[in-house]
Amino acid sequence: MGPLVVYEIISENTNFLLAFLIGISFGFVLESNGFSSSRRLAGMFYGYDTTVLKVFFTAAITAMLGLLFMSLFGWLDLSMIYINPTFLWSAIGGGVIMGIGFILGGYCPGTSFCAASIGKLDALAFIGGLFIGVFIFTEGYPLWDDFYKAKFMGSPTLNEMIGVSRGVLTFLIILVALAMFWVGEWAEKKFARKDYTINQR
Amino acid sequence: MKEAKKYMNPYLGGVLLGLVLIAAFWVSGRGLGASGAVKSVVVAGVETIAPGHAETATFYTENKEGHGNPLKSWLVFEMLGVLVGGFLSGALAGRLKFKVEKGPNATNKIRLIFAVIGGIFFGFGAQLGRGCTSGSALTGMAVLSVGGFVTMAAIFGTAFALAYFARKLWL
Repeated sequence: MGPLVVYEIISENTNFLLAFLIGISFGFVLESNGFSSSRRLAGMFYGYDTTVLKVFFTAAITAMLGLLFMSLFGWLDLSMIYINPTFLWSAIGGGVIMGIGFILGGYCPGTSFCAASIGKLDALAFIGGLFIGVFIFTEGYPLWDDFYKAKFMGSPTLNEMIGVSRGVLTFLIILVALAMFWVGEWAEKKFARKDYTINQR
Repeated sequence: MKEAKKYMNPYLGGVLLGLVLIAAFWVSGRGLGASGAVKSVVVAGVETIAPGHAETATFYTENKEGHGNPLKSWLVFEMLGVLVGGFLSGALAGRLKFKVEKGPNATNKIRLIFAVIGGIFFGFGAQLGRGCTSGSALTGMAVLSVGGFVTMAAIFGTAFALAYFARKLWL
């Protein structure tokens, strides 16, 4: 039963090897979907290319459903899955700052590495910025230490918070995702651009 | 020159990405990430270049607990894999090319300057928000974490809200 590391089924070195292989699959899927293109990623925010929305939400609901099935089959102990803790102010503040970085830089960290791997120089510049940004955070840490740790709420899940089961919430999110896919398809027609084709190189 | 292959169907791509995410949960119990690897490199760099400073400054001491070499982390190996996987996909599809990608009305110089600025913001924000689009938003949402949904909404909400002001970069 998984997680393999938690149940000590695999050694630390095997874990790192699997991390590398999972990373290869991650990078391969991102690139095959054009997440190595800043214009495609930025297109999300102007509606001319909503691939990000489609891939992101399909991945999220696939994973949500997959975790439920894995648990049902006895392959994965969901109680051993790490739930990101919620520090409300830094989750919002960090998200807002990341949003600024996204629209100015055209990448997020994972996609920038993926894009750099096929030779995108703007992604390389973005990665340089990432290192500077992380360094500013770690060096100036005492300045935002308090904000970073404020409003700690433990590790709540959304289904606990609204009082429904994991399955019901997953079902509701699937409905929301379907509605968003429809909006995405509509937006790509409405905001289509002459200088951009969705399947360009 | 040979035409590059088309991108994958996004819904198929999403299912595959979801399966990769499930594999990560099954192996490590923690899902995917990206910015954590950058942090590991920064911490390792500071510890090597300025060991005295790394022993006294708050962030490095708080991060040291329970860790050996910061580079020996799951996310560092995963991100090395991302570089390999991205390259393989790009090579198979005929997309390997040195290029500055930008909107039709932006110059290379402007694009690169804003890429660095965007990277700085994203790097800082990912530390503050305890993870980026991969580790906090996607992985967090998959485990139904409240923080994951909040971060996801904040990232995309802000980027949508500011899109008008950044239009010269992209449109």
